[in-house]
Amino acid sequence: MSAALSYSDPAYPGPGSAPRLALNRITLSNFRCYQTLRLDPGAGLVVLTGANGAGKTNLLEALSLLSPGRGLRGARLAEISRHPDNNSQTSAPEWAVAAEFATPHGALSIGVGWAEADGERRAVRINGAAASGQTALSEHISMVWLTPAMDRLFVEAPAGRRRFLDRLVFAFDPAHAGRLQAYDKARRERARLLREGRADESWLGALERNMAERAVAIAAARLDLIERLKRAIAEESGSFPRPEIAVRGVIEDWIEQRPALEVEENYRAALERARPEDGDSGSCEGVHRSDLMAKLGVNGPDAEQASTGEQKAILISLILAHGRLLARLKGRVPVLLLDEITAHLDSARRQALFEAIEDLGAQAWLTGTDEALFTPIRQSAQFYSVANGRILKQETHG
Amino acid sequence: MAGNDIERLINYLSKLPGLGPRSARRAALHMLKRREALMVPLLKALESAAENIKPCATCGNLDTDDPCAICANPERDGSLICVVEEVADLWALERTHSYKGRYHILGGLLSALDGVGPEDLNIAGLITRAGAPEVTEIILAMSATVDGQTTAHFVTDRLKGQDVSITRLAHGVPVGGELDYLDDGTLSAALKARRPL
Repeated sequence: MSAALSYSDPAYPGPGSAPRLALNRITLSNFRCYQTLRLDPGAGLVVLTGANGAGKTNLLEALSLLSPGRGLRGARLAEISRHPDNNSQTSAPEWAVAAEFATPHGALSIGVGWAEADGERRAVRINGAAASGQTALSEHISMVWLTPAMDRLFVEAPAGRRRFLDRLVFAFDPAHAGRLQAYDKARRERARLLREGRADESWLGALERNMAERAVAIAAARLDLIERLKRAIAEESGSFPRPEIAVRGVIEDWIEQRPALEVEENYRAALERARPEDGDSGSCEGVHRSDLMAKLGVNGPDAEQASTGEQKAILISLILAHGRLLARLKGRVPVLLLDEITAHLDSARRQALFEAIEDLGAQAWLTGTDEALFTPIRQSAQFYSVANGRILKQETHG
Repeated sequence: MAGNDIERLINYLSKLPGLGPRSARRAALHMLKRREALMVPLLKALESAAENIKPCATCGNLDTDDPCAICANPERDGSLICVVEEVADLWALERTHSYKGRYHILGGLLSALDGVGPEDLNIAGLITRAGAPEVTEIILAMSATVDGQTTAHFVTDRLKGQDVSITRLAHGVPVGGELDYLDDGTLSAALKARRPL
């Protein structure tokens, strides 16, 4: 469909058959360590090297804020402001990130910014016009990131895996974010009523109906993505594992066995019955407790028992499969933000990763402390060295 | 800088929705420069509004008369009651010139997190009105947000057993909207609420 159109588009003569995405310019102001910064990277891979604390991740964070949510650090918007040196002023200065992309569907400019008066909302502009909210961003661009904090994703609490899965869902179904928020709000309202002992049948019933409608839609969207990802993973070749994935949760399990309307009614009735216990415990069953499960292979060990490097390889397999799905189904390739990505990968896998990204036609940003780890892409990628809030482009040798 | 009176004026103006300190200063200065043409008439309008405008005891609309002009208008269809959150929503519906029934203003939406419960909303009044023999249909026109939907479910539940039909505004394709640009949620809501041509 739309992906097929872009194949014949002479403006995007990618090496593979995938549509290409290029970030032609990014501008930061007052963003963490960067007072002002402008880069014109273009398509392909971008490598940022520099010492710890040089500001590599800050740049990735700026990019991540071009997608809905709080970015790859999950920071509060006010924290991001760069405070002028030797200045005791208490108010945080406004910050902004602006980017110009060339996509298979044409030019796209996105700007996000924050000022003290905005509170916890950021201003979003798309192609020069103010957007009503941050969900509008996901209609245009998909960002997927891996950070060192996610190295332990399979070992830690389910919340992180659930967030990771939900972000992958947003890329296909932007309404997913709104449904999650709505579900969560109804859930917290119900918990509040139960805690306060306000046994208003109608009010609780209204909230439970709201929760049930959303929960079924959320679970169905997750299952749908998992099914598609499984098929994309099966096609995976090369030295990355083909993980076996599933989403586990009460509602997800029901939906696999029964029609959605029946699940909705069953879940609503279950919530109604569980009011006394939920009032005591302050929690309840639902899609906010679901978990993403992964195994190293069909008969392989669970991801949490695999080595750190294998776990990382599973995550990379997932985001590469996701990227291929996006390209095929939406004619769109994601921006990949891969912070310290080479940390746990051996040289064969590093090489495979670089090749997979180039095949995908994705705009990928890779960071690392050691430039030597990126030798295989010395010719094709753009290298920038980062130090003290400044970024220098390195000329390719030879 | 400015004297006490000006500061106080700016301070009050800046508390109005849509005005920050900067626009409040501009508004204050603008009025002071046009004292006779603008400031004095505005003062009189404010005074008169503060004194005369009150909520309608029947529907909650704001008007100088009680019952309000809509409730008192015999041309209005008394069998229909449209339930809205705020007076602003009533104004929006009136601008369409396509609704001839009466209204009921709840004065907010249920929100446990913001501490707004059924007793803070004018729900008891609605139930009484729905019991009147001439009323046949209650139209729920709340926003399509979580609080809006929770409140709609709540009101529906409370009206159970009354001899009225309960409807809500359709959710779906906006007039002049292109399907391709619609988000999936709206589109699936529109599909569910399809109707024969």
